Amino acid sequence: MNDQHVRLNVDGETVTLAASPSTSLLRALRDAGHTAMQGACEQGECGSCTVVVDGRVQNSCLTPALACDSAEVQTVKSLLQADLAEAFIRHGAVQCGFCTPGFVVAAEQALDSPDPLSADDVRERLAGNVCRCTGYLGIVDAVLEVDRSRRASA
Amino acid sequence: MSSCFSPTTLDQAIDLLAAMPHLRVVNGGTDVMVGVNAGSAKVDGWLNLRRVEDLRGIEHIDRGLRIGGGVTFAEIEQALTHEVPALAMAARTVGSRQIRSVGTIGGNLATASPAGDALPPLLVLDTEVDLVSPRGMRTVRLNEFLVGPKRSACAPDELVAAVVLTDCKGAQHFAKVGTRNAMVISICSLAARLDAKRGHARVAAGSVGPTALVLDIAAGLLLQRDGADDFADTVAQSVSPIDDHRATADYRRASVRVLAQRIHHHLWSEQVGR
Repeated sequence: MNDQHVRLNVDGETVTLAASPSTSLLRALRDAGHTAMQGACEQGECGSCTVVVDGRVQNSCLTPALACDSAEVQTVKSLLQADLAEAFIRHGAVQCGFCTPGFVVAAEQALDSPDPLSADDVRERLAGNVCRCTGYLGIVDAVLEVDRSRRASA
Repeated sequence: MSSCFSPTTLDQAIDLLAAMPHLRVVNGGTDVMVGVNAGSAKVDGWLNLRRVEDLRGIEHIDRGLRIGGGVTFAEIEQALTHEVPALAMAARTVGSRQIRSVGTIGGNLATASPAGDALPPLLVLDTEVDLVSPRGMRTVRLNEFLVGPKRSACAPDELVAAVVLTDCKGAQHFAKVGTRNAMVISICSLAARLDAKRGHARVAAGSVGPTALVLDIAAGLLLQRDGADDFADTVAQSVSPIDDHRATADYRRASVRVLAQRIHHHLWSEQVGR
């Protein structure tokens, strides 16, 4: 139905997506085979669809795809740093893995603080991402560890 | 025919809206897209304001502090922590980081939800709303802009260009009750400003009436240092909450009373500190 096309850059690759006005960026990307983010609540509550668009972390389910013409989109594919991935594994921050792509994108953004993060800071910064397996402890510990180690080596 | 327009100037934006009144205005998308995804809102085309430079920026002008309609909650939270603490506190309670990084103050006004988190603090800061259309710019006081639940004085061809906070003097505070510390639409919220030296106080409440409410009688009582209970009782009596899926009217009245006591204490301890 009346689909239009938008061209954008996803993780460094130029992509053309078909979308109608009611298509979210999440749906347009997934329908085109870009499945690096999950769709779940599609109300902005769960964070599983988190991506970065033109430098701003956001829920791709709440972003109209047509508004993203010529935008730069980063998913977990280009934001996952080795230290964060290893910390997630070491701390048991991944169980079923469904929420993980969204958490990793949000966590990488959460690590932009000028000051060292406390556990409460991490929880506040990740409050838009829901995990139904881990109980969050492993996720918070993983982010805290990466925050400390990046500061120590900076 | 394209169905998404992304102008870069405010003049282009109002001309596009005048030519195509069916376009739905969007900036962050965090409110309108919830309805679109649920199938309850139908959109035939977008007027995307995200690239309009004129809507960005926070600056001092003669009338007060001007915040562009496209300024996000994340920007307010960071830039105004010390200068306008009540508004910065409210911004920090909006949704999640993902919501605050794109959700805008202009969207909060245009949506005009009784639960709009920015509205009670803006009301206590004597805020004016600058609306633009092809007919020019007009300024409306915020309490006159909010006319009902999700209804505002914004005409179909107008856009919220900016808000101007005309009085930020004195101590100010904001508090909100919800089921979590994040990601909640408020059950009730309360903002207040107290400048005891000038004998000046303002109080406004959210989610306890058809619009965010200015509470003038309570504001008079806030000026009395030993009157925390009278103040809190008056706040609770002045609101008109309803029962809905988030809370009962009784719970809202009880919880806004608690917020009033805390805010009275907080604002008066700041006066002593001066």
